[in-house]
Amino acid sequence: MLRYVLRRVAYVVPIALGVSIVCFALVHLVPGEIVDAIVPADAPPEVVEQMTKDYGFDQPLPVQYGLWLWRAVQGDLGESLVSGRPVAAEISKAFGNTFVLALAAALLGFSLGLLMGGIAGYLQGSLWDRLVTGLAVTGVSLPHYWLGIVLVIIFSAQLNWLPAVGAGPAGSDQWQLDWAHLRHMILPAVTLAAIPLGIIARTVRAVVAEILNQEYVETLRAKGLGEGRILVHVIKNAAPTVLAVMGLQFGYLLGGSILVETVFSWPGTGFLMNTAILQRDLPLLQGTILVLALFFVSLNFAVDILQTLLDPRIRRG
Amino acid sequence: MNDLAPTAERLQEAREFAGLKPEGYWQGVFKRLRRDPITVGAALVVLLIALAAVFAPWLPLADPYDGRIVQRLKPIGTEGMPLGGDELGRDMLSRLIYGGRLSLFMGIAPVVAAFLIGTTLGVLAGYLGGRTNMAIMRTVDVFYAFPSILLAIAISGALGAGLTNTLISLTVVFIPPLTRIAESVTTSVRGLDFVDAARASGASHLAVIRTHVLGNVVGPIFIYATSLVSVSMILAAGLSFIGLGVKPPEPEWGLMLNTLRTAIYVDPVLAALPGVMIFVVSICFNLMSDGLRSAMDVKL
Repeated sequence: MLRYVLRRVAYVVPIALGVSIVCFALVHLVPGEIVDAIVPADAPPEVVEQMTKDYGFDQPLPVQYGLWLWRAVQGDLGESLVSGRPVAAEISKAFGNTFVLALAAALLGFSLGLLMGGIAGYLQGSLWDRLVTGLAVTGVSLPHYWLGIVLVIIFSAQLNWLPAVGAGPAGSDQWQLDWAHLRHMILPAVTLAAIPLGIIARTVRAVVAEILNQEYVETLRAKGLGEGRILVHVIKNAAPTVLAVMGLQFGYLLGGSILVETVFSWPGTGFLMNTAILQRDLPLLQGTILVLALFFVSLNFAVDILQTLLDPRIRRG
Repeated sequence: MNDLAPTAERLQEAREFAGLKPEGYWQGVFKRLRRDPITVGAALVVLLIALAAVFAPWLPLADPYDGRIVQRLKPIGTEGMPLGGDELGRDMLSRLIYGGRLSLFMGIAPVVAAFLIGTTLGVLAGYLGGRTNMAIMRTVDVFYAFPSILLAIAISGALGAGLTNTLISLTVVFIPPLTRIAESVTTSVRGLDFVDAARASGASHLAVIRTHVLGNVVGPIFIYATSLVSVSMILAAGLSFIGLGVKPPEPEWGLMLNTLRTAIYVDPVLAALPGVMIFVVSICFNLMSDGLRSAMDVKL
């Protein structure tokens, strides 16, 4: 097992470095001199020169990357061009909000998806099965930002039941566990849950259906095992695959919530990126993308290890 | 729509598919497709929207750029404006039909580009193996490590708004999954006996790749690519929605969804219309892709 973990680490570390190179390169994709993207447009030439020196833009690219990475490892992701505050502080404030929202959406989407997909897998070919399959296709085809708008139209604009924007009353930008804040979370969480719900339901249905068609299930039935005990076997065999898909989906919820956060003005990392894009705040954009991508990589790594613990066949394979 | 990853299951399916392909295979596929009412229906809807978009300038439609302030947010069914007017008083029906041009283009073009590049890279990696494989596949893995939408936003955000930049960023997003499938199928085909036999009987590498490898690889990748069109459309419209894609005043569904957001309290149905178009086309592409998969997947 330890050897397997080490092998995975040896695979993940280069990927993480590659991710950091891509994030570093992002700023260099910007047309024109890089320093122009970092200093205000009306800065005097001396300041521009000073900034070029300070940031090391006069150095060769590999040196620049090394300096940037060294600072990033120490938690220094530069300063926001607009607010002047450290990027790392901005991200840590926003990340909590995104995480809570993703968690709520995951709980909702995963539990419903497991339930619906599981039943559909048991009742292959039934009306319920076709219904779930149809719902799954709908889930993956929905532009989720549009679903958010539709929910706002129905539940905020028309019925006036739930708030449409923000994380809490009076522009609160820090999430708390109380009813006022929970109310703000319902619509964005439901919106975000639509995609994982569809994908989990589809996966669980396929996996359960496949397991039930295996010969060993027939053997279990033949030797007189009750349906409850057979269900235990099904869950044990389905767990690794379903877990892997859930891990990926949770990562997508964190990294892909930018559009939904924009619709609901949810003060998370997605909203932060949106602001950064509108104001051309490149250090903020770069830092947020780096943090989210590295989180995604670590999450996949964790799921990978967990999956191997659950399914010894992978280790041997 | 975030389900970009070709699952282990999907990769296995692609490899199995590559192994066996009986005579008259494509006739069989078309016959099965024609008998599948859902696929035929979905294809007809897409065809209708695409034809309307392509021939929009010749249809009796109002100018999609011509706004009149008196027609601002006119409700659906107004005289002369069957679907009402948008926030600048432009004809909604005309803008929705014209919008199909850019939206469909941005759904299909990046997938086609990524299909060509990804297949080339994957076949090269799979056929040559060794260090070339390492270099290509590890680079692909790095881009794969980003959630698709995050990568699209990262590249578009750095390059700035605009049609070309959106096309570039979406193409980059779709290359990794297509390369992975192409590599996986090529590697398994290369190990089969008939490839060795072809090489032994004097076929050049190019001939082997063209007839044996490509012939087997293109099918599975094509199925997968069709399912990416809906992802591409949703992502492209999403980029426009946050101001990173097409710029105003172009009619494009994602951008229209954004600019009409101010109208959700005045005319909610109107504000939701562009999203209906994205949703309908995207679900049709997904249904077509599902139909194609089951029609092409011959389990002997």
